[in-house]
Amino acid sequence: MTPADGPSDIILRTEELSKSFGGFIALSGISAEFRRGAITSIIGPNGAGKSTYFNLLSGSLRPSGGKIEFEGRDVTGVAQHKFAHMGIAKSFQITNVFPLLSARENIRVALQAFVSRYDVWRSRAKLPGLVEKADALLALVGLWGHRNRAAKELAHGEQRALEIGMALAADPRLLLLDEPTAGMSPEETRVMMDLIVGLAKQRTIVLVEHKMKLVMGISDRVLVLHHGELLAQGTPTEVRQNDQVKRVYLGQREH
Amino acid sequence: MSEMSQALPSAKPAGAGWFEFAVRHRASLASLLLLIFPLVMPFTALAVNILVYGLYALGFNLVFGYLGLLSFGHAALFGTGAYLCGIAITNFGLPWYVAIVAGIVSGAAMAAAIGSLAIRTRGIYFAMVTMALAECVYYLFYQAVDWTGGENGLRGINVREINLFGLKLDFVHPLTRYYVVAAFVILALFVLSRILASPFGAVIEAVRENDARARASGYNVALTRLLAFILSGAFCGLAGALLALHLSIVPIEILDIDTSGRAVMMALLGGMGTFFGPFVGAAVFLALENVVSLWTVHWQLVVGAIFVLCVLLFPAGIWGTILKRIRPHDAG
Repeated sequence: MTPADGPSDIILRTEELSKSFGGFIALSGISAEFRRGAITSIIGPNGAGKSTYFNLLSGSLRPSGGKIEFEGRDVTGVAQHKFAHMGIAKSFQITNVFPLLSARENIRVALQAFVSRYDVWRSRAKLPGLVEKADALLALVGLWGHRNRAAKELAHGEQRALEIGMALAADPRLLLLDEPTAGMSPEETRVMMDLIVGLAKQRTIVLVEHKMKLVMGISDRVLVLHHGELLAQGTPTEVRQNDQVKRVYLGQREH
Repeated sequence: MSEMSQALPSAKPAGAGWFEFAVRHRASLASLLLLIFPLVMPFTALAVNILVYGLYALGFNLVFGYLGLLSFGHAALFGTGAYLCGIAITNFGLPWYVAIVAGIVSGAAMAAAIGSLAIRTRGIYFAMVTMALAECVYYLFYQAVDWTGGENGLRGINVREINLFGLKLDFVHPLTRYYVVAAFVILALFVLSRILASPFGAVIEAVRENDARARASGYNVALTRLLAFILSGAFCGLAGALLALHLSIVPIEILDIDTSGRAVMMALLGGMGTFFGPFVGAAVFLALENVVSLWTVHWQLVVGAIFVLCVLLFPAGIWGTILKRIRPHDAG
């Protein structure tokens, strides 16, 4: 599934990316490449800097140093609301929906961002095709039956699925998912992983995950972070056999 | 805060025919109410006050109930509209309709000035920044005695006759005055309802619900907040202009923090999450003030106690609670 190597096959690249909060260095000098069409997982123990790295990639944090390139374009420091328009969408680690709005309206609003943002005069009901597209996305993430319920009334797993539906509204070429199965039951986790594998057929996915076993089976490439540094990267098999990774990460968890 | 979704167009219930009809035609129904209102109301001057403050509360609620920001400085927008309308008439001798436009535009401009400074803060900080800036506006108008009359207020806004394409209306006649003001308020109701049902109306709600998600979805949250604040300023400026025409004077107290607080009280009393609730809140507040002040000078004590009781017993507000009761159960 991994495409052949070549410069245009790299969708996202970070160069010496670092982030510090006050005196604390959360991330130092991460240089990595993400291949188009692949599922790349970022793993590492608690406090490894996964979420910081994710937030830099998705534009919600500004790096202290280094560079982020998306499709060959320097996007370091670009305002966050522009990311969706460039083709990068994300889901949050903590469920992040519009709680009082219906499931359908959650996705409809997400779709509307690409059609109309400042129109105060037309009727939103008359924007063509948005409700139909919203219903299609609801069906894709398995929530069509719940379309009229307020988002806050949905179960935890359903809210996470709704969030992915909202991220897909951007029709992103790059989808960033921050621990999409956090807090899920085993059954919900299985459904979510199936969904992710399905989505990967049409887009690049970068996944931050705490539970390493979960992603090894579906990832094309794996990045291992530890204490804010890039410890290893490669195919799941390569990473699994890496001595350093075994010592700091696998050792604690798989024995 | 589930009651907030009551009258929002985006939370339309499925299969609740008449209720949905009422939500869709909320502006028409509210207008109908305003047209028969003075016929059941004994004091027409009070009825005009209710119209003006009702519109002020509706404009305030665009920011408070729909955008989700508590402003404590809306007196500055209301007052600027009133003063600029008055100044247009007294200092420049402009016709009444130009003065009303001056009120709307100046309210929006003041909102742009205050908003661009305050909009980056949230919660209690937003309330404090708007309050502080409104105090600055108070002193600005207080000091500009030549233009505003300072502490004596701006006097001499005498509009005796409204000439509408050859149709002459006697603005001194109480009921005629009511219907002239009501015409503007009704127009504003339709515009506001339209804004709330527009794509931008959906963005406002999304920003209120979750600004991080709205940002990730591709919306410029700061700009959305600023635009909504400016729209709110236009409505409050119109309300101020109508008050200036109604009172023939702009008292400096209009810029007082008490006027900002009134908007909050009226919106809470009526129901901040509803379209018409703030108007109901304004009516109840002003009616109480008038009735209670007839038998005690300590009317604020009584009205304050009733306000506290209402907020404790009906957190959704008077109108919000009524809507909740009459809403069909299959509305979900």
